[in-house]
Amino acid sequence: MSFQEHEKLHIEKNVKRELTSTELQILAAEWSEHCSYKSSKMHLRMLPTTGPNVIVEKGYDSGVLDVGDGYVVTVHIESHNHPSAVEPFGGAATGVGGVIRDILSAGTRPIALFDGLRFGDIENDAHARWLFKNAVSGIADYGNCLGIPTIGGEVEFDTCYTNYALVDVAAVGFGKKSKLIKNHANIDDLVLLIGGSTGRDGVGGSQFASDALEGEDRSAVQIPDPFIEKLIIEAILECRDENCINAMKDLGGGGLSCAISETAESLGIGIELDVKNVHLRESDLSPDEIMISESQERMLVISSPDNLSKIEKICDKFRIQCSVIGKVKEDKMMHVKNGNDTLALLPADFVARGPLIDRPKSKPEYLSQLPSSLPSENQLPLSEILLKLLSSPNIASKHWVFRQYDHEVGIRTIIKPGFDASVLRLDNGKFLSAKIDGNPKHCYLDPRQGAIGCFEEACRNIVCQGTNPIGMVDHLQFGNPEDPEIFWTFMESLEGLAEYAKFLRIPCVGGKVSFYNETSSGPIKPTPLIGVLGISSTPFLSSHPNNGDYLIIIGNTCDELGGSEYFEYIEKFTGGICPVVDFKDSKSNMLAVLSLIKNKHVKSVHDCSKGGLSIALSELGIFGNIGCDIDIEKVPSKKKLGSDEILFSESHSRYLLVINKKNIDSAKKFLNRKKISFAILGKFSGDQINIRRKSKNLAKFKINLAQKRYFNGLGDLLKHG
Amino acid sequence: MKVGVIVFPGSNCDRDMHHVLTDVFNLNAEFYWHEKNLPSDIDAVVLPGGFSYGDRLRAGVIAAHSPIISDVKKLSEKGIPILGVCNGFQILVESGLLPGVLLKNESLNFMCEWTNLIVNNNKTPFTNKLELNQKIPIPIANGEGRYFVDDETLSQLKKNNQIVFSYENKVNGSVSQIAGVCNSDGNVVGMMPHPERAAEKAINQIDHKPSSLIFESLVETVGMKN
Repeated sequence: MSFQEHEKLHIEKNVKRELTSTELQILAAEWSEHCSYKSSKMHLRMLPTTGPNVIVEKGYDSGVLDVGDGYVVTVHIESHNHPSAVEPFGGAATGVGGVIRDILSAGTRPIALFDGLRFGDIENDAHARWLFKNAVSGIADYGNCLGIPTIGGEVEFDTCYTNYALVDVAAVGFGKKSKLIKNHANIDDLVLLIGGSTGRDGVGGSQFASDALEGEDRSAVQIPDPFIEKLIIEAILECRDENCINAMKDLGGGGLSCAISETAESLGIGIELDVKNVHLRESDLSPDEIMISESQERMLVISSPDNLSKIEKICDKFRIQCSVIGKVKEDKMMHVKNGNDTLALLPADFVARGPLIDRPKSKPEYLSQLPSSLPSENQLPLSEILLKLLSSPNIASKHWVFRQYDHEVGIRTIIKPGFDASVLRLDNGKFLSAKIDGNPKHCYLDPRQGAIGCFEEACRNIVCQGTNPIGMVDHLQFGNPEDPEIFWTFMESLEGLAEYAKFLRIPCVGGKVSFYNETSSGPIKPTPLIGVLGISSTPFLSSHPNNGDYLIIIGNTCDELGGSEYFEYIEKFTGGICPVVDFKDSKSNMLAVLSLIKNKHVKSVHDCSKGGLSIALSELGIFGNIGCDIDIEKVPSKKKLGSDEILFSESHSRYLLVINKKNIDSAKKFLNRKKISFAILGKFSGDQINIRRKSKNLAKFKINLAQKRYFNGLGDLLKHG
Repeated sequence: MKVGVIVFPGSNCDRDMHHVLTDVFNLNAEFYWHEKNLPSDIDAVVLPGGFSYGDRLRAGVIAAHSPIISDVKKLSEKGIPILGVCNGFQILVESGLLPGVLLKNESLNFMCEWTNLIVNNNKTPFTNKLELNQKIPIPIANGEGRYFVDDETLSQLKKNNQIVFSYENKVNGSVSQIAGVCNSDGNVVGMMPHPERAAEKAINQIDHKPSSLIFESLVETVGMKN
């Protein structure tokens, strides 16, 4: 625990006395990067956060979107990287637990989970395999037990995560607008701590997360208990239905210190609490430990004294503990007592608003040293390259992962995981889709374009399901922000995201910043992760291609092989030009696809992304169990491209459409009228994928072979440890 | 006509089951918290899926000692139709209302996927509208779903026609690919797959009709009685 110079000055200026040890502990937790966002807060304001559907309320830990008919959807994203790198099962599980409580604290029921998992090279690194398997088990164990379906996410492997893990978890909630908790408090209201007992696990967790991972401090990793979490969810929702809750906050990073100071600050109140009243797991916990323990499955609730007996009765029904730990005061102070002794007495806003830092930034050296083109051409036949890509860990089906997650519970999942985005039905008859996307390989080459690309890709996936993007959450994961070069990559990504969000008018309704993601061999690649929510009033039940159906590509392909799976996985080459999103094309292509879906012109739509056109069209054949005959000469582009560029470039704003013969003319007419770049590439038929350029055959392989590679690629790797 | 849906601490398919019983099949279903009593005039009881008591010790074993189970036992003796799905099946087995035991899946992993069931007994209150050997596309979602009985019990089950459903393919290593069984009277049925996740067109794009027939069988059974 140490303060930086400017923080010491800030303390001296505002507190004209020596701080007590408890106060020091509280400030160290609350002013950690993890809790205070001291490096990023002043910059995050550039993201647009308002829109016609956004409901803003003080003290919400999740974004709230109005989806009509008196219903709201809530969304939040978190990561649990440091803990998962040390103890993957518990780290990943408690990551799920934390984000669920953020959804709960708005008064909504969690209805879906998503996880983004990133590890080292699992093909050659047994430790990475161990981390991956256990993180998946941790998420499965926790989410399944709660009965919240895990319906999507992504898995990616890159050597920049060697000996490390990125575990991102997003959750979506649903509820009646009238039942949202309208965070407020009256003087003499009671401050309650509901749920699990406070123990020594997770003491100092937020500081642990605000530093490079050096030791394996397992005591800083929290212990998961999904059963208690399930009981808390049901108990809190019953309390909500009984109108017993005035304000509520999840206990996460920084434990009680953070929850108390931030609640007091956001509601403009004072809170006096007595650590003697906190229910403990270990009787010899010191007051300081109680204040910064990050034990899981705890909620802070403010209620009026009249409602206490109702809350106690509900907690008793579920056999969960409820302690009155303090009360609301007028003085706007955070007052921590141990019986009659005062341990800490500081203004809540002083604690909650740590001094911010305007960090210097400079363009990283490495960017000017990246090679621009491949030193030598690959000699492998294209069919082999394609089959190799189909079974590669980043592209192969993630069936091995999502079959361990209950993705059906809640009986909302209309479109199941495995293809573009999943779709849930909502009680008001509407349909919600959600997707998270990241791309560290692109972001490494160009943090700005890479981040915009992740955002666009998530939108594309949403659009492929016929839903309109209505909101986004971002999770910005970088190395040590004190390094100006890393801070530059953060700022580039953030600026790019803000620019694209403003252009598309998609509000950012939540997010998180995670710095100090450093491994023993240096910082991770910039890994911004974007989650997008979409909504529609009719479901788009796509169907697989049949014999004679046409394949259309929408959007331009460019010479953008930089960061592609082809360069990185096949050629082991890092460099070249990363795909750039053309904002105008992005928007017009999205609107065109949505119109075609709405007018029932298409059977199915598939996003063209990782692996490029060749992988996207193979996936259509694989899922439809049908071959196709494709001429890539016609692929729209602004200049003449090599076949490898056409097949493997990961250019954005591209969609593959499967169209029945009877609709092909009207679809063509529509796309021409809208001046969309598109081409008919060929037709589906037979049992093999045949790719040619005019009359020259490029690749040819049986669909059943492709299926074998695609569906078994990941599972085979994990079979033997 | 009343159907009770029992809620244990950790049940998580209770609301799904209630929705299907009431909104899809127009049954009058009510939740019963595990510490409450079941009314003696109830027409059917469903034990939904989930993770009662967090699957601690062994799936279903703690819930099998909940106060409400003694009421379930009394009702079963009266011939009232009782259905246990997934964790509900595990609880029925642990409480001795059904034979056998449910072990960890052969893969040692939680498995959530769609599979086909075959109807082996269409004389129970939950299968009387299904055809023998009819296929039911349905999802499973469990970690401990591998049904096991010793050879002697297995031959008894076969003799008494107590195997209600079996998997079309090898799914999890269950003895004789058993997916669901009933008691010797046939009124208590337990199954690992989730019919409530397959009985609506919107969430079952393969074919929702076979799973619907499980609920329609119940409607017919309790309807006839009234």
